[in-house]
Amino acid sequence: MSGITTIPAAPDIAAADHAPRKVKAARNRGDRIFYGGASMSGALVLSIMVAVGAFLAYEATDALRATGLSFLTTSDWQPDRGKFGIASVLLGTVLIAAVAVSIALPISMGTALFITEVCPKWLRATLVALVDLMAAVPSVVYGLWGLFLLQGQIIGVSRFINTWLGWIPIFKVTGADPNSPLASSTVYTASAFIAGVVVAMMVMPIQCVVMREVFSQVPIGEREGAFALGSTRWGMIRVVALPFGRGGIIGGTMLGLGRALGETIAVLLIISPRFDINFHILEAGGNSVSSLIALRYGEATGFGLSALMAAGLVLFAVTLVVNFTASWFVARSRSGASSDA
Amino acid sequence: MTPLLHDTPSGDTVPRTVLPPRPEQLASLPERRSLGKLSRNDIMPLAGGLFSAWCTTMLLFGRLTPLSGDFGFVVVFFLVFLCTYAVLVATTEDGPAVVDRVMGVMLTTAALVALAALFSVIVFTIMRGSKALFHSNFFSTDLSSTGPLDPLGKGGITHAITGTVIMTTIALLITVPLGVACSVFLNETRNWFATLVRTVVTAMTALPSILAGLFIFATWILVLGFERSGLAAAISMSIMMLPIIIRSADVVLRLVPGGLREASAALGAPQWRTVWHVVLPTARSGLTTSVILGVARGVGETAPVLLTAGFTSTMNVNPMKGPMVSLPLAAFELVRSPQPTQVARGFATAAVLMVLVLVLFTIARVLGGRPVGRLSKRQARKAAAKSIRDLERIQAHPGQVNV
Repeated sequence: MSGITTIPAAPDIAAADHAPRKVKAARNRGDRIFYGGASMSGALVLSIMVAVGAFLAYEATDALRATGLSFLTTSDWQPDRGKFGIASVLLGTVLIAAVAVSIALPISMGTALFITEVCPKWLRATLVALVDLMAAVPSVVYGLWGLFLLQGQIIGVSRFINTWLGWIPIFKVTGADPNSPLASSTVYTASAFIAGVVVAMMVMPIQCVVMREVFSQVPIGEREGAFALGSTRWGMIRVVALPFGRGGIIGGTMLGLGRALGETIAVLLIISPRFDINFHILEAGGNSVSSLIALRYGEATGFGLSALMAAGLVLFAVTLVVNFTASWFVARSRSGASSDA
Repeated sequence: MTPLLHDTPSGDTVPRTVLPPRPEQLASLPERRSLGKLSRNDIMPLAGGLFSAWCTTMLLFGRLTPLSGDFGFVVVFFLVFLCTYAVLVATTEDGPAVVDRVMGVMLTTAALVALAALFSVIVFTIMRGSKALFHSNFFSTDLSSTGPLDPLGKGGITHAITGTVIMTTIALLITVPLGVACSVFLNETRNWFATLVRTVVTAMTALPSILAGLFIFATWILVLGFERSGLAAAISMSIMMLPIIIRSADVVLRLVPGGLREASAALGAPQWRTVWHVVLPTARSGLTTSVILGVARGVGETAPVLLTAGFTSTMNVNPMKGPMVSLPLAAFELVRSPQPTQVARGFATAAVLMVLVLVLFTIARVLGGRPVGRLSKRQARKAAAKSIRDLERIQAHPGQVNV
């Protein structure tokens, strides 16, 4: 009779006392204090952060109410005469960020792929540290480098682009004469292009870190599968690594874009401010929201400050959207499960 | 030798499976191919391509065309090299392999460009600053009695160094307890409130640093009526650093193995003891790293300090009263002067700042090099010694729970 499996009687679902037992830890006094303290710190951080946003929004209402929608379309900045708007500064910010990202993207992607796929193992840790270091170099140092070293070198590039691609509207430079050998090079200095190149140096490592993280998570099976099918290294990168890392590439790029939009000091050092709609990125002069704030906060009256707050609020809204889109892309991608971005 | 082809009944010839000779049948083993090493086929096209591109570019720039400029030289050299290299590889390899080699060169170039930019930034700043850096007075005096026209033998940046140290200390006193407590909160609780806090903190990492400065300028200085001071600058730095530190500390705490927490809970520890005795010590090196990286960001930040600290050329050790200047702000203000000596001082200040960030960064690397929970030799010895003491204590008082 031994050895017969006993089947337990089916539970009587109708009976009320078969509901699962609620598991709840009893908290002693120490734990209650701990939870209280932890929640307090969370609440404190939350209130500080909300206070910053709410205060900016509150202060900005004065200026926004006075101008209404024309705040987004006016390009002048004379708050005391009631004539001000962020059309030109926002355009300048976007142009600088666009230049920065389009220069930084190929370099950061190439560097990330070099670190994960090409370089020998012993070099990898050093390279990772150097790229991280690049992200830690203060922006004022990049600004000095751009102003005193890069500007002299890059004018030739500006002139070259203007001479050969000047027929494309954004590369046009008013007042430049490519045929005159004696033409002054000052029309090319302090431009959005140069500021963009410097900001690219700051954006590059941020993008690179995210992309490297994603590329290093490419499943080894798919990688080796591609090699086993006779793929070359580049073939493997093209059909396995790049599609796998797409979310990380887009997310990292946008994260860098967010940083580029908010950069102040390097732009302030390099660019000469102007307040008209200027699409020509190679031309001297430009502006950005953050350098506008740094330039004008000191002389601003109550209302002028409110106008600056409004400009800052718009900038914050833009970076916020960009950053959340970035993290959405990273989180949605197959690769984003454990990457931190 | 058996014939390789043999006849089938139907009369067709089909290839027959050939077994390779067993090793002992061979007179000598074939040489093993090393997969990792560069072969002659890798190196020769590279060297040939580089040499040929160099010559072509020299010719183009010196003789044949009126091209000029260092930047143009590098670009033309690179393009010519790429073409030559592709042609040279194509003589021995097929299409996909050529593309692979060319893309390999492109990726390497991208990394080289990034590294070259980093080194040029570091070397240029230190070189331009070296004129002022090698005067001992640069580290022992301030600029209060030094005019823009005075030689580099006079004046220094002690006021900026002191300012940076004081501001950073205050910012650390605010951000470290608050940041670590908040990240513990985010990790130990799972409810809607923690999610809300995490979302808002993530959002605030997008805050442009100048807005942190503008916020303090508008509230602390204009509304509350305090003057510009080191304290105001430190608070605006804290607002900027806090989300960065919380985010990275959150990630580090998440890496603490769940098994350790569960072991602690299974031994009957309440949650606060688990956090205090298990989670935080395990994550200590990672937490230190995230704090140091936050500090490195904060120290180099100019924009918030520009709005809130004011500018001074005299030493001020009181963060409550009077303007105080930090290293990045001093560098920024000094290079805007038209005087070459001031510019040299500005560069030297930037170099000092950069070295400071480098040192902080290296410390962070050394501490953060170990994965979470791995002890250094000293820490392991300490833990072992404590464990032996515990054993002796337990053996001395058998049967007692709390001694």
